Amino acid sequence: MFDTALTAADLVFLAKGAGMTLLVTAIAVVLGTILGILFGVFRYQVGPWWTAPLTFVLDVFRSIPLLIQLVLANAFMGMVLRWQLSGFTVACGVLTMYTAAYCAEIVRGGIEAVPMTTRRAARSLGLSWGQDMVNIVMPLATRVALPSWIGLALGVMKDSALVYVVQVTELLKSTQILITRLQEPLFLLLICGAFYFLISFPLARLGGYLERRWSHD
Amino acid sequence: MFGYTFQWKQALARLPQMLDGALVTLQIALLSMALGILLAILLTVFRRSGSRILNAIATAWVEIARNTPALFQIYMAHFGVASFGIHLSPFTSLLIGITFNNAGYLAENFRGALKAIPDTQARAGRSLGMTPLQSFRYVVMPQMLRIAFLPMTNQMVWAILMTSLGVTVGMNTDLYGVTQDLNALTFRTFELFALAAVIFYLMTKTVQFGARLIAARMFRY
Amino acid sequence: MIEIQDVRKSFGALEVLKGIDLTVAKGEVLTVIGGSGSGKSTLLTCINGLEPIDSGRILVDGTEVHAKSTDLNKLRRKIGIVFQQFNAFPHLTVLENVTLAPRKVLGMSRADAEAVAVRQLQHVGLSDKLGVYPGRMSGGQQQRMAIARALAMQPGYMLFDEVTSALDPMLVGEVLDTLRMLASEGMTMICVTHEMKFAREVSDRVAFFHQGVMAEIAPPAQLFDAPQTPELQRFLAATA
Repeated sequence: MFDTALTAADLVFLAKGAGMTLLVTAIAVVLGTILGILFGVFRYQVGPWWTAPLTFVLDVFRSIPLLIQLVLANAFMGMVLRWQLSGFTVACGVLTMYTAAYCAEIVRGGIEAVPMTTRRAARSLGLSWGQDMVNIVMPLATRVALPSWIGLALGVMKDSALVYVVQVTELLKSTQILITRLQEPLFLLLICGAFYFLISFPLARLGGYLERRWSHD
Repeated sequence: MFGYTFQWKQALARLPQMLDGALVTLQIALLSMALGILLAILLTVFRRSGSRILNAIATAWVEIARNTPALFQIYMAHFGVASFGIHLSPFTSLLIGITFNNAGYLAENFRGALKAIPDTQARAGRSLGMTPLQSFRYVVMPQMLRIAFLPMTNQMVWAILMTSLGVTVGMNTDLYGVTQDLNALTFRTFELFALAAVIFYLMTKTVQFGARLIAARMFRY
Repeated sequence: MIEIQDVRKSFGALEVLKGIDLTVAKGEVLTVIGGSGSGKSTLLTCINGLEPIDSGRILVDGTEVHAKSTDLNKLRRKIGIVFQQFNAFPHLTVLENVTLAPRKVLGMSRADAEAVAVRQLQHVGLSDKLGVYPGRMSGGQQQRMAIARALAMQPGYMLFDEVTSALDPMLVGEVLDTLRMLASEGMTMICVTHEMKFAREVSDRVAFFHQGVMAEIAPPAQLFDAPQTPELQRFLAATA
């Protein structure tokens, strides 16, 4: 179909880019989710007044472009603190906070969706706060939160395309480098798009399926 | 405290240029939302039309928009279409890319909203002699837009943030593009981008606040 | 005139109308009674073409409802229908609810449509609610608004599908009063209802449906006082 100058070496180059995309995404999603759960539970437990500073900071991460977050973090670390961090570290750090900011909202929403009456019933049976959290709230909140969380993880994967700005060569950047060299933009972009799509689409479907199934009972 | 002297004055001196950029950013975001909403309504009608072809077109659009990076979509609108000999300006490519993305996400929001509207509403419209399209337009759609108003506000915020991606296709008149060019002149990277961040933050907050006012005025039922 | 000729209709394996023959003359008030699942509500939605039929014919003023060549949107202007759920359009005020179809379907000007709407709303006793949203009204008021909304299209026929079944008992009376008024004005009506007292008062004829068959049809005095079939006798005994 396509008469292409693409070589096996180029394909390996693309595959490395894809590997980088997945690696950055995995690190950010794992760390960001842990932080997000901590922030979310903290916000719910302590109440809006005392957590206002945290709420504000998390909101900032959701209100300015990721590209600017990356540039700012990089400039702050390099120019201001004179810490020589790799672009990879900066990318993972920023994406982690970015993930945590959205994840905290999802977690809070999940906890709030657990009816107070259910929790009172648990506590009245003599369960401690921790036992109530682990045995009652977590399983119920997870049902509400999991579909949104899948969406978030996929969102982070797609947004990780922006870490090129701190010199991390992920999939889209690899594609662009090849485009410049081979001058076959459409073909290369289609390969790149197909990769994202093939990972994202089935998982998004799974999220939608879980949401439908769990909203019925 | 730091071994670095902040030079905020230098950055602030560039504020007028950056605000001009912010206007361009807002313009692209608003335009892409207006077009995105219209296209999303069209996609929604396609999905309800019962036609296999129209449904396939709409589904493909929605799934590609939601399952690939926005940056990829903007690249397609710029480098991708260039393969067909179509050379679009950065502004046009950016606008098309964001509009495509908006329409896909909004169409999905609309689908969710429609689930909350009982079928009996459309039926009541039909029983008064309306055509299916009239019944959708006058009975179902206004309710759909109300239910989807919050997601629409979020999408508008996304649209503002997405304009920053225009720089990758050579856009240099929007807020991010202007900031980047100023950075190349002055090397006050942190100060300039921090200022840009503040402007972006204020823009998104204004949009969210404005949306609340509009909702309070428009949806009195 | 509405002519129903040997109409059959199934939902999957369930046959809900098993060959119905019925004619309703201009100016007649027909009430249809029967247990749930007797097919009486389905018949109404077939008459205005909201449901397709499997066989038989339904003619409204000589136009065959389910013929391919029939413009259903046009035909429905002649046939007003009011449902058990009020189906108020929640995003529109009472006045807008009533003017919407006259403006968009009949192409009336806003002023003309409002004049008609105000008249119909006065008629059902809602002239003080013009600017109110349906969500702020009682079920009875919403249902009267739905009646005014159908009447604003100046239909030749009105179909009422258990219009009081979703109402609090306290609110049933005001809606039935509206129906009585329409009947006394000579509107051609088919009312599916569970209100036996109402059926006896207003009807020219009452039809009893049982398991998809019209088991009996007669003037109210005869049908209620001298039921012929054992099914109707049992039904009346159970509802008395």
